[in-house]
Amino acid sequence: MSRTVRIGAGAGFAGDRLEPAVELAERGGLADIVLECLAERTIALGQQRRLADPTAGHDPRLTARFERLLPAALAHDVRVITNMGAANPLRAGELTRDLLARLGSTARVGVVTGDDVLDRIDLDAPALEDGLPLRAHGEVVAANAYLGADALLPALESGARVVVTGRVADPSLFLAPLAHRLGRDLADPGFAAAGTLVGHLLECAGQLTGGYFADPGVKDVPGLAELGFPFADVAADGSAEYGKLPGTGGRLDRATVREQLLYEVTDPTGYRTPDVVLDLRGVTVTQVGPDRVRVAGARGRPRPDALKVSVGYRAGHKVEAEISYSGPRADRRARLAADVLAARLAGLPVRPRIDVLGVAPPGADEDAECRVRVAARSADAAVLDAVGHEVEALYTNGPAGGGGVRVLTGEVIGVVSTFLPRSAVTPSVTILGVGDARPAA
Amino acid sequence: MPVRLHELAHCRAGDKGNVATLSVIPYSDADYPLLVRELTAERVRAQLARHVGGEVVRYELPLLPALQFVCTGIRDGGVTTSLALDTHGKSLSSRLLALELELP
Repeated sequence: MSRTVRIGAGAGFAGDRLEPAVELAERGGLADIVLECLAERTIALGQQRRLADPTAGHDPRLTARFERLLPAALAHDVRVITNMGAANPLRAGELTRDLLARLGSTARVGVVTGDDVLDRIDLDAPALEDGLPLRAHGEVVAANAYLGADALLPALESGARVVVTGRVADPSLFLAPLAHRLGRDLADPGFAAAGTLVGHLLECAGQLTGGYFADPGVKDVPGLAELGFPFADVAADGSAEYGKLPGTGGRLDRATVREQLLYEVTDPTGYRTPDVVLDLRGVTVTQVGPDRVRVAGARGRPRPDALKVSVGYRAGHKVEAEISYSGPRADRRARLAADVLAARLAGLPVRPRIDVLGVAPPGADEDAECRVRVAARSADAAVLDAVGHEVEALYTNGPAGGGGVRVLTGEVIGVVSTFLPRSAVTPSVTILGVGDARPAA
Repeated sequence: MPVRLHELAHCRAGDKGNVATLSVIPYSDADYPLLVRELTAERVRAQLARHVGGEVVRYELPLLPALQFVCTGIRDGGVTTSLALDTHGKSLSSRLLALELELP
């Protein structure tokens, strides 16, 4: 059997579960595990925290994840790659180094920076989403370029056992270690396409193995409570078979793989990443065993000249306020509450969205549960406070039996996109070690 | 004979800003030609008219087999600024599966 590299998914988003990653590191026989924790929305939240506290902005669960994962990864010689650096990769790297020191390890941490391009974007450039100038959306507070696999290679070549990044295209987090382990050139579009496809399928972790899939009676997922995360066995030519650990819950078959293959792909003929333009039209998905699927046929065109940039702007504040009505005629009382709210809010300089959630089932209206929900966005937090106040006031000034008022408010960071020439973005790697200033091995 | 789409296929929704992607995957490969014939971009746009303000583009992927629909102009905007309860639009997949097809 030719040499293959086993790479696992350790997290598919910032809120992902931890146990499946620890399980993979402990008994998966992995070379690398990748934790993807930085959705378009997630970096906006990190930007908010960094604005409030310069030592924050990395993934707030970084320490909790690594306290569980790193002991297993060190014991089983699994390299760890993550974008939990979010809006503050260097701080995340320092925390990781300090944790490794507490674990008695001298392993080095590679930190990838250079995605922060706030100082070099043109605020008059049009946003991809609506064509309006970036500055027209609101005060721009952050801009992060999607770096490619090439940005991680110096860290991997230096022998780092943990690599922490900020904004990197999700599949690139997987392509980089695959190219490094297999000795392949990122400039080869065929390999870049194959490795990007591996990354695309693994980047959402449990979504390949039966998460985000179950529909009882139609699409049953065994052991969903103990859902295991996937890994891929990747050959030097980039072809890959996917599996999950025996004894874990979930399922891995043509149905789950095809759903994930097309997930968030806005153009299956040309899926653009910083590394390649991936064409999925030739891809085939074959079941080769229980919970074992082979995926082949990725084709690639050379990487784009421009890098996509995610731009965060202050989008004002948001309020969400709710109240419930139950039992007979719950739906009619909820609709009356919605009408009363619409009348009372009409004088405010805001356009609220008012929904009635839930229905009163015919013939079983004692079980009815309807909830009125009001949401609004405004630059003026005081206006939104007034919206929440009117929902609360329904207790004594609205229909009968209203209960369970909840009011949530918060600042909103919106996200739009633009492009920057590759030459304007300069990725950099910093190696952090415990009292260790040796040059790269 | 009326058939609901969820009897023939499953679906996953994804989001990129104010663009939604919807894969439609037949339970049986043999039903793919039927989906290609009946489940046009226009049908999908009509089913989701309350949610999709822009155009719907359909991609055919016969080797999988599957259809991919890319919907632009999601009415309530992207996840960060949406006022909807489901800010991502992840429930669009279930709304699409309620679509009724008239089969011969």
